[in-house]
Amino acid sequence: MGMGSDMYRQQILDHYKNPRNYGEIEDATFTHVGENPMCGDEIRMDVKLDEDGETIEAVAFQGDGCAISQASASMLSGELRGRTLDELDEMDRDDVTDMLGVDISPMRVKCAVLAEKVAQDGAEIYLGEKDDISRTTTEDESDST
Amino acid sequence: METRESEPLDVETIREDFPILQREFGGEQVVYLDNAATTHTPDPVVDAIAHYYRHTNANVHRGLHHLSQEASIAYEEAHDELAEFVGASGGREEMVFTKNTTESENLVAYAWGLNELGPGDEVVLTEMEHHASLVTWQQIGKRTGADVKYIEVTEDGRLDMDHAKEVITDDTAMVSVLHVSNTLGTVNPVDELADVAHDHGALVFVDGAQAVPNQPVDVEAIDADFYAFSGHKMLGPTGIGGLYGKKHLLEEMEPFNYGGMMIEKVTYEESSWHDLPWKFEAGTPVIAQGIALAEAVDYLEDLGMENVQRHERQLAAYAQERLAEFDDVETYGPPVGEERAGLVAFNLESVHAHDLASILNDFAVATRAGDHCTQPLHDKLGVAASARASFYVYNTRDEIDRLVEGIDAARELFA
Repeated sequence: MGMGSDMYRQQILDHYKNPRNYGEIEDATFTHVGENPMCGDEIRMDVKLDEDGETIEAVAFQGDGCAISQASASMLSGELRGRTLDELDEMDRDDVTDMLGVDISPMRVKCAVLAEKVAQDGAEIYLGEKDDISRTTTEDESDST
Repeated sequence: METRESEPLDVETIREDFPILQREFGGEQVVYLDNAATTHTPDPVVDAIAHYYRHTNANVHRGLHHLSQEASIAYEEAHDELAEFVGASGGREEMVFTKNTTESENLVAYAWGLNELGPGDEVVLTEMEHHASLVTWQQIGKRTGADVKYIEVTEDGRLDMDHAKEVITDDTAMVSVLHVSNTLGTVNPVDELADVAHDHGALVFVDGAQAVPNQPVDVEAIDADFYAFSGHKMLGPTGIGGLYGKKHLLEEMEPFNYGGMMIEKVTYEESSWHDLPWKFEAGTPVIAQGIALAEAVDYLEDLGMENVQRHERQLAAYAQERLAEFDDVETYGPPVGEERAGLVAFNLESVHAHDLASILNDFAVATRAGDHCTQPLHDKLGVAASARASFYVYNTRDEIDRLVEGIDAARELFA
C-alpha cells in the first residue's frame, strides 16, 4: 500500500471497531453535541467533573461517522480523564493528531478535531464563557485547510 | 465536423495527450476516477493556452492593434464554436461565456429571476438538483416571494414524470432541471420536461454540466430556453463556462454585471448595452480560457461525441457489474443497462465513504466522497455521504478493476 495508509493504523481501527467509553453519563456535569454537516459525522460528549469542579472525572461519547471522527472521540474520552478544564481548553489540533499518532490528511482534519471541539465548546458553555449554541460544527476548520 | 462514428475510442493514444495520468503515488500509477468533478486537460488544450499567452495575448474588442485584433477574432469565434457544439444555430449571440455552470445559473436567476418573479409565481426544480441550481433558486425565491417546488425522484433514481405534470402548472414561471444527475447518473428527459413547461408558459433552464462533456447535446432539439455547462468538465480550463440562451430572451433580459465591455454608450446619467453576447460579459472576459475551450471542443469533436458517450457508458456499466458482485456495496441511480451517464455513486456497508475514499487514495485511486453538492438528495437516499467513481475518455476497464481491488482492501481493513 502506498502513502497515506498511515491514517488507518491498527490503533485507529481498534478504537473505531471497539469504541471506549461509548454511551452516556446519567449525572453528567455537562453534555454537548456537534457535527460535520458535510460529512455527516456526529458526536455527543458527556463530561462529569470531580467535586473540585475542575478535574474531569469521566467522559462518555456517542456518535456516528467516519473512522477518524469516531476513533478520535474514543481516544479523547480516555485521554481527558484526570485532566482539568484548563488543560482541555489548551488542547489544539496538534494535540489531537499526536493523540491519534498518525498523519491526518488536510481534508480529514475536521473529522479528527470534532470530538475535541465538542468537549471544549461544552466546557465553555458550562463555564458561561460562551453563548449556548445547540451544536458545534467544524466547518470553520475545513475552510481553513 | 469530422467524426469517426461508431468507432471505439483509441484510449491508448488518447492517454498520450494526458501526461498527468502517468503520475505515481506510493509507486502506483494514478487511476483518476473523479471526472465528474473535473477532467484533465490534454496537451493540445494546454498548448492553446500557452500559445495564446506567448503569441497573441492582448485585450479584446477595443484594441486597434494587430494583437488585439487577433485575440478578439479568436475569442469571438470561440463563442461560435461553442454555440455550434451544443446545437445553437444563432451562433455567438446565443452563447455567453461565464465562469462556470454555477455562474450561468446565477446570471439567469439574477438578470431574469429577480426582475420577473414575484409572489404567486413558482419555480420548479427536481429533488436531484445540484446545489448550483437548488441554492440559487431557493434564495431567489426568498427574495422575490416566489415558491420553489420539487419534482420527486423515484426509488430507482428517475424523475417521476407524473409528479412533474402535477407540479408544473400555469403558476410555474421557470423549470430548472439537471440534464444528467451528477450523483445518480440519470439522464433526464429534458425535452419532455420542456414540452410540459412550455405548455404552461414557463421557461426551462437546463443544467448540462454533466451532459455536454459526455454526450451529443442539441439545445434546439430539447427546446431549452437556457442551457449551462462548465469548461473544466470537458477537457477545458477552469474559470470558464457557457450559457446558451434563446436570442429573444437574452435580448429582453437586463445585464447581470455592469462595467466596461458590456456597454454601447455611456453618459454621466445613462448607459445603453452592447450587442449579444457582450452585454453579459462585463469587464475583461475569459479570453485565454475561451480560446482554449474551443480547442477542447475540437478535441472532443475529433473523437466524436457519440463515441465518447458509448465509451463512458460501457465503463459505467462495467463498474456497476463489478460492484454488483458484492452484497455489501450499494449503488445509487438507475440499474445496469438503463440509460445513464458515466458515473457511479456507491457505498460500502461497513466503511464510511470518506474512509473508503482515503483508503482508495492509498492505492492511488482518485474518487470523490461526500454529498456531491446534492445534500437534500443524500438525505432522501438516507445516507450522509457516498463515494463516486466517474469516467472519461481516457479511462479503462483495468482502472475499474483497480477500484474494485481498493474496495476489497478497505473491506478487509475494516473487517
